[in-house]
Amino acid sequence: MSRRPIVLLPLILAAAASLASAAAPAKTIAVVNAKIVPVVGPDLASGTILIKDGRIADIGAAVSVPAGAEIVDGKGLTAYPGMIDAYSFLGLQEITGVNATVDNQETGRINPQVWAIEALRYDSMHIPIARANGITAAIVAPTGGLISGRSVLIKLDGWTNREMVVKNPAFLQIELPGIRSGRGGGGGFGQRGGGMMQSTASLVAELKDLFASARAYEKRKLYAAKTLSVSLPGFDETSEFLLPVLKGEIPVMISVHADRDIQAAIKFVKDEGLKAVFYGAEQGWKVASDLKASGIPVIISQLYAMPPVWDDGYDQLFMNAVRLSQSGVKIAFSSGSATAAKDLPYHAAKAAAFGLDRREALKAVTIAPAEMFGVAGEMGSLEKGKTANIVLADGDLLEQRTNVKAVFIDGKPCDMSNRYTELLDKFKKR
Amino acid sequence: MKRIAIVLSLAALAALLAAVPARAAGSVLVKNGIVLTVTKGVLARADVLVENGVITRIGEKIAAPPGVKVVDAAGRYVVPGLIDSHTHIALAGTNEGSEAITPEADVGAVINADDPAIFTALTGGVTMAHTMHGSANPIGGPNVTLKMKWGRPSEDLVVHEAWPTLKFALGENVKQSSRTVTIGGPPPRYPQTRMGTNAIIRRELLRARNYMAEWDRYEKLKASKMPPKTLLPPRRDLRLEVLADLLKGKMVARCHDYQATEALEFMGLAKEFGFKLAVFEHAWEAYKIADELAAAKIGISVFADSWAYKMEAAEGIAYDAGYCAKKGVLVSINSDSSERIRRLFNDAAKTMKYGGLTEDEALTLVTINPAKQLGVDKLVGSLEVGKHGDIAVFNEHPMSAYTRCDVTIVDGEVFFDRAALAAAREEAAKKGGRP
Repeated sequence: MSRRPIVLLPLILAAAASLASAAAPAKTIAVVNAKIVPVVGPDLASGTILIKDGRIADIGAAVSVPAGAEIVDGKGLTAYPGMIDAYSFLGLQEITGVNATVDNQETGRINPQVWAIEALRYDSMHIPIARANGITAAIVAPTGGLISGRSVLIKLDGWTNREMVVKNPAFLQIELPGIRSGRGGGGGFGQRGGGMMQSTASLVAELKDLFASARAYEKRKLYAAKTLSVSLPGFDETSEFLLPVLKGEIPVMISVHADRDIQAAIKFVKDEGLKAVFYGAEQGWKVASDLKASGIPVIISQLYAMPPVWDDGYDQLFMNAVRLSQSGVKIAFSSGSATAAKDLPYHAAKAAAFGLDRREALKAVTIAPAEMFGVAGEMGSLEKGKTANIVLADGDLLEQRTNVKAVFIDGKPCDMSNRYTELLDKFKKR
Repeated sequence: MKRIAIVLSLAALAALLAAVPARAAGSVLVKNGIVLTVTKGVLARADVLVENGVITRIGEKIAAPPGVKVVDAAGRYVVPGLIDSHTHIALAGTNEGSEAITPEADVGAVINADDPAIFTALTGGVTMAHTMHGSANPIGGPNVTLKMKWGRPSEDLVVHEAWPTLKFALGENVKQSSRTVTIGGPPPRYPQTRMGTNAIIRRELLRARNYMAEWDRYEKLKASKMPPKTLLPPRRDLRLEVLADLLKGKMVARCHDYQATEALEFMGLAKEFGFKLAVFEHAWEAYKIADELAAAKIGISVFADSWAYKMEAAEGIAYDAGYCAKKGVLVSINSDSSERIRRLFNDAAKTMKYGGLTEDEALTLVTINPAKQLGVDKLVGSLEVGKHGDIAVFNEHPMSAYTRCDVTIVDGEVFFDRAALAAAREEAAKKGGRP
């Protein structure tokens, strides 16, 4: 511990102090002598990243550092773009077994009206832990039921929940059933505690029905608006909150798991003209060509799980990620968690251990999710003009043994302390 | 004095157990691997020969004896089979939670050799697991140590040389914190507090002492010159027999705990009653009392970082294992899970980031350290001549996130071979079926 930030910490603190005052003009920070992995484009053995006004002002092997810039010596370190967790419960769960601290699952089945951002605990103890491991942005999603609510894309820094917003809402969350199987549990979060599992066909029919109702409701509303003699329809909360989705203003994230269900979901997305990403798709490898043709990207559910179907092989979940990627389906990894959100890179590495190209694994926690969430112009790679979400690590970012030495979000050096380090430091004093 | 007594009785126990049944075993030569012996350093390119289940040679250019299977490990990492110090796999029952005190409920009687978790363990290089009574009771029952010999009958799995261990548990599970009391439902079970938990354990230990005293008196009378004609033995109590074995040093205690206070108090009980407390399970606040644990030579078997799933795990920081190891506590990383068991090596690697352990140190947390905690470090936990042929082959260094277990060998027999499995699956798929 004590040997970790020796060189870096004073520099970071100096930079942090200089940035702390909002009134002072933002200083330019120059990360020098670091190996640079921009994710898009080739690696640089050694280069400089200039950070100004929260953005990457310049990046390259021969960037001149302006006078007065704060210098962060990256010698021996590698600069990566901050990682993006494509599905998490950060800020919605503190102690998973204590209901008083859990806010990610509303009761009822149809909840398009609930917003993750409105419950997001910005000072959750899990956020600084994930951040200190190089994760700088995350989808925070509600779960449960058929329509779980609205997820949000946050950056892992901010003094209030709203300060953290990158995109809100990110998705309307829809959940189709997990994989029925005798062994190994359900495919994903699926339908928790709900007795008999409904069939995907009936759930898709229910969704179509809800969408049709919302469209009819909209029609009546528009007609009534033009015609005083026609009364307004009674306020319909579900329809109101589904309409932006039907208009294409909000994409959907559909949790879908079994091969046939994936095919049904592809058809549903097409029929309804939705913008969609899939979450889970544990049997996606069986219908990879359909997925590829649909252009729908897949968020791989966390890989700390057994295969939903035992006979598909012990490594099926890992191989699914490998095969989908090799089939040309865009994939991103996710933690599916708050308490273990810091483990995001290890899911990517696990798939790499089973054959996923290492560069593709890295993309799947950086640029690929950025593209899926429509923010690739802002984050997901180290490129001139992008938001300066930068991680400095003393090794390969996806390795457990690698230490993350510094994290910048919006060009601001982040506080690396967290619940872990606070408690450790406290009891070290014994 | 008590310590000496414990050591002596453990020695007696070891002697007693020396006469264990012969195990089914095989022979194999693992060639040209990068051998991480754990206790004797790293060999850049070496062969490991196992004959009849025992490592007979480690060195260069060993020729395979006739008929001995060869595993080519060129460019790959050869490590001792990993050991999981705390699981509940391969059991037909885990908790006897109807009563608080059930030391007679022995999980060794309900081994389920058909549990696919055994195979899952093999796919992560695990060759041995301490599979335990659950944590529903202050005093649960005896645990059992098994080899991951998938496909073999349960009696072939049991590691008779391992210390007999008795499960204790403290904290939220025992006091049933997550149980909802319903009107008209059963009354809450005593204990419902940590006070009651300590009290009920002390009560049972006192009862056991009393029981032992009664038997002593009986034996003395029986051995006397003029035993009374009406002399009857005390009534046998199977519950107290187990606790008497613990107090006599024939068993060691393994205690599930989370918080520092309950751990310290249980250490007090162990001292007061003179029984051997081998390991605290989970021990999420061990870093708060690392000095006490090191001084008392009590090990911990912990998660790498699974935390904040209940209140008493809210301060379970990922530095726990690494920090305690550096403080001199005997630490192992456990899975406590039929899924997590296949990534113990990933979990061990986390102690390099959180705690600053070296690769070699991190690897000990899932090899020689758990072996020591189970009393089998003379037999397994490292690659040395004379030890069991329990070996895992990884394609990358086991402390790398990019690693994968390719081959797992138990007692000299290959029980998992990723390439062979893939070939078999392919063959089966051609025939339209599944292996």
